[in-house]
Amino acid sequence: MAPPKNRRPGFSKRAQYSIFASYLLGILGAVIGLLLLLISFVDPRGFSVLRTIGAEATAPVSKSLAEVTGATGGAADNIAAYFNAASKNAAMKQELEKNRIELLEAKALKQENNRLKRLLDLKEKTDESIGIARLISSTSSSSRRIATLGIGSTSGVIIGQPVRAPEGLIGRVLETGPTTARILLVSDGKNVTPVKRAKDEIPAFATGRGDGTVDIRPINMGNNPFEQGDLITTSGSGGLYSPGVPVAMVIEKTETGAIGRILANPANVGHVIVQPIFQAETVAQIERTEDEVSESEEVE
Amino acid sequence: MARGYRSTINREPSKFRIKAIPPITVIMGSMVTALPIITDHPILPPVGFLVLLAWRLVRTGFWPVWIGFPLGLIDDIFSGQPIGSAVFLWSTVFVALDTLDRKATNRDYWQDWFIASTAIVFVLIGGMLIVDFPRNLLFLDALIPQILLSVLLYPFITRLVGAIDNWRVST
Repeated sequence: MAPPKNRRPGFSKRAQYSIFASYLLGILGAVIGLLLLLISFVDPRGFSVLRTIGAEATAPVSKSLAEVTGATGGAADNIAAYFNAASKNAAMKQELEKNRIELLEAKALKQENNRLKRLLDLKEKTDESIGIARLISSTSSSSRRIATLGIGSTSGVIIGQPVRAPEGLIGRVLETGPTTARILLVSDGKNVTPVKRAKDEIPAFATGRGDGTVDIRPINMGNNPFEQGDLITTSGSGGLYSPGVPVAMVIEKTETGAIGRILANPANVGHVIVQPIFQAETVAQIERTEDEVSESEEVE
Repeated sequence: MARGYRSTINREPSKFRIKAIPPITVIMGSMVTALPIITDHPILPPVGFLVLLAWRLVRTGFWPVWIGFPLGLIDDIFSGQPIGSAVFLWSTVFVALDTLDRKATNRDYWQDWFIASTAIVFVLIGGMLIVDFPRNLLFLDALIPQILLSVLLYPFITRLVGAIDNWRVST
């Protein structure tokens, strides 16, 4: 490698100063970077315009490629699958057996649920959706877990709406642009999801670990009721996610809670569904029933 | 091929090609995250940074020290890191590399690779810690595949950059 030209500028004061100035500028760049970071932490949405422009600019490429190939991310998983095929097979057989029993139980519960709902005359409105779209790209080089969705505010997507796949919860809308939206995935370290254990409704929080798993910490500290194989669903508290959306399966018990594997892997799901914010729905529901009540009172 | 009359000696490629090709390749590297690659853990190498580093080590003296600022800012827009993360990390790497250039002027291929690897490890770990400082210290092992992939990808990127560089300066 040839040594660079400007290393030893000789006795020229001007050349020496210009090297010194470029140094200063470099250090200044780092300092400004720190300041920008500070701003990003104080106001995380402050630079969303910049990111939205970036996402919108690259969206045509992302979208057409996603249409052609389908979003791919399973390569690493596929390779890993070869290495632990045998043990995985045995574990899966066990799980299948267990799931079959749970499925039967669930069917019975569903029947009973329907019966009770008929008794109460509740109308079920869970299948409402804002839109269905593909995840077109993700921050696969960063330790943040944010994906880009192929629809945006022109389709009615607004910040905060939950996003799910048939398998379970994917995340929530973080920023929106006209035709793209950025989705904070469940596995992101900054995403805290209020959850509960499906079988006995023990409330907990699920915080992402950045690698497809979540930390599950029960709200009541002290006892640690979780066991391997427990299904974790959203609890509906906080008003963002509607209750009962599957989130994770407990794979490991820890000292303070458990580690769960996220059920809906964004790399494998084809399309995702953007749902309305749960609380908005309940608020609307309450208003509706109040209206009905007042109307019926007026009739009387 | 009517190219008109051209001097056969003392020809120079266009200034635009000389100046603009390296930043364009770096920005295209940063935009790789726009491809439909969806993963549930960080695995994709920071291609923009690898390209920048390759240019820096292939053509020492081409970049000014402050180039980490504008190119880092563009990378931050596409990478999903908090804005300012790559600005800070890349600028730091460039100041360090410039200092290093004064100490070790003649380096061989392996030393360059080692320097690049150190820079990659610094940027990846730094990026992860910037996202969530005390907590992510526990999850640093999640970066091992990405670090390995990036370090192994670096020589190929250098090859590619070398080829682009040959075309850039050819007339």
